[in-house]
Amino acid sequence: MMHGACTMIDICDLKTYYSAGFLHRTEVRAVDGVSFGIEKGETLGLVGESGCGKTTLGRSVIRLIEPTGGRVVFDGTDVTALSRKDLRRFRRRMQMIFQDAYTSLNPRMRVSESIAEPLRIHRIEDRAGIDRRVRDLIEAVGLNEEHLNRRPYELSGGQNQRVVLARVLALEPEFIVADEPTAGLDVSVQAQILTLFRDIWREYHTTCLYISHDLGVVRAMSDRVAVMLKGRIVEIGQVADVLDHPCHPYTRLLVAAPVDDKEFSCPVSAGAPAMVEVRPGHWVEATAR
Amino acid sequence: MTTEEPLLEVRGLTVGFPTVDGLVKAANTVDLEIRPGETLALLGETGSGKTVLGMAILRLLQPNTRIEGEILYRGRNLLSLSEGEMQKIRGREIAVVLQNTGTSLNPVLRVGDQIAEAVTLHRGLRGGDAEAAAVTLLDRVRIFDPARMAREYPHRFSGGMRERALIALALACEPSFLIADEPTRGLDAVTKREILDLFSEINPGRSVLFITHDIEAAATLAVRVAVMYAGEIVEIGPVDAVLSSPVHPYTRGLLASLPERGMRPIPGSSPSLITLPPGCRFSPRCTRAVGRCKKEHPELVEVGPDHDARCMYYD
Repeated sequence: MMHGACTMIDICDLKTYYSAGFLHRTEVRAVDGVSFGIEKGETLGLVGESGCGKTTLGRSVIRLIEPTGGRVVFDGTDVTALSRKDLRRFRRRMQMIFQDAYTSLNPRMRVSESIAEPLRIHRIEDRAGIDRRVRDLIEAVGLNEEHLNRRPYELSGGQNQRVVLARVLALEPEFIVADEPTAGLDVSVQAQILTLFRDIWREYHTTCLYISHDLGVVRAMSDRVAVMLKGRIVEIGQVADVLDHPCHPYTRLLVAAPVDDKEFSCPVSAGAPAMVEVRPGHWVEATAR
Repeated sequence: MTTEEPLLEVRGLTVGFPTVDGLVKAANTVDLEIRPGETLALLGETGSGKTVLGMAILRLLQPNTRIEGEILYRGRNLLSLSEGEMQKIRGREIAVVLQNTGTSLNPVLRVGDQIAEAVTLHRGLRGGDAEAAAVTLLDRVRIFDPARMAREYPHRFSGGMRERALIALALACEPSFLIADEPTRGLDAVTKREILDLFSEINPGRSVLFITHDIEAAATLAVRVAVMYAGEIVEIGPVDAVLSSPVHPYTRGLLASLPERGMRPIPGSSPSLITLPPGCRFSPRCTRAVGRCKKEHPELVEVGPDHDARCMYYD
């Protein structure tokens, strides 16, 4: 339903369930039947409150968490059907940036070793090539050679996030899942990191799933936005459509929209919840009544 | 601008932490007054000295900290009180909502008991009366089913609920002055709005020092806002004036960094508090800095009604 001409990643009815509670008898449906596509070079923002399943969704897409069901097709390849060995090779093309840069980096490795590690694991360059690439990368993310000998605890939060980005860029991935990469950073540092991300993603034409609960950040970073509630996508579309003219009651709560906007009321469905296209490319889950 | 006596007055407060690398100058000659019934937002980034200022008022800094200046509360200098006298003020008259890190509540005590402890200590209520008071407080901060939740441990509380419990704890003695340290940190948009609503609901007539790095939260709650950079107040004034027509280049840069205001970052990073730049502390990052900015240290000067800024351009 939302497939473009050059869809990079196509997610179909993805489900990730956890067992929880006494004797693991309770089933938590963290991701409960999610479908959407992301075009090549597009950034899709994913918003929702803490606990709605957005981190699980992000990790399931690149199989850091094994999904319970559904399919993820990346550039024509069904990621969910890959063997562990093939998946490892494939991971080079799909990378993740985590919330806490400090704990994403090995505390015992110098910055230069951290950035060189993925190049070595994926056997991308020889030794001399690695040194050259590491120096190029550290400059690409706005740090300099002086930082290469430091360890994570000697760098600030923003600097560590730059190192993480250099490490990710080393593999020249086509798809990046970024999970709240600026949570906990100051506004002025956040602006530095986000403009850096945006410039680099545009330059490399990177496809991105950008997870955040900060609507201002999502608006600045994304082309389209998906709103997640209790494991399901309830609204998806162009940023301006969804955030300025929200239809689903939850999106309206999230953006604190006036309640009596009759023009964009939520569609009502008689049977099971279904996605309805309210405007071209703007889909909303119909509320049951 | 007001004829009323300020409730709290900070005069020339300088705070330094001795470390092996040298003295960390966390606050430098801070002058600030908090007027009866007003909410003053103290806005600043990590390491700007805003939490240090709050903790200095409560006298909760480590004993080896070097503190100079005066903190006058209802005319008494808190810095010259004995620890016993200070304990009568802390919690009872000046209370704090600590930063919600998940560690501000004792994990092995029931939430209700922790609040009851404060009630017993300051209001002299015992046993069942203290417990009942705790339940009433949890109800006041809109905890659903307060009688049941009072018997739960903190790990059963979500981030938003823990924040509410911390607010209940601070309200235990109806303090006339509340210091809130980053109460909305780490909360999602909807929960944050609920906590801000709760703040405006519980604090009519109370003076509040609202320490935050969240500009939107400051705009929602505060009457006045003070902006801190590298241990100094660089701009202070009415919230509308400071946030819609900021004067200091740092305040301008901070606002322009917001995603919704264009996301134009300030170049460079905050200075080390051990070796501060000479002259204006913001000058190494300031696009308007001239030779004089790098040599002379600017004073706070009046730039508008009740609105001061620390910048050479207005000297």
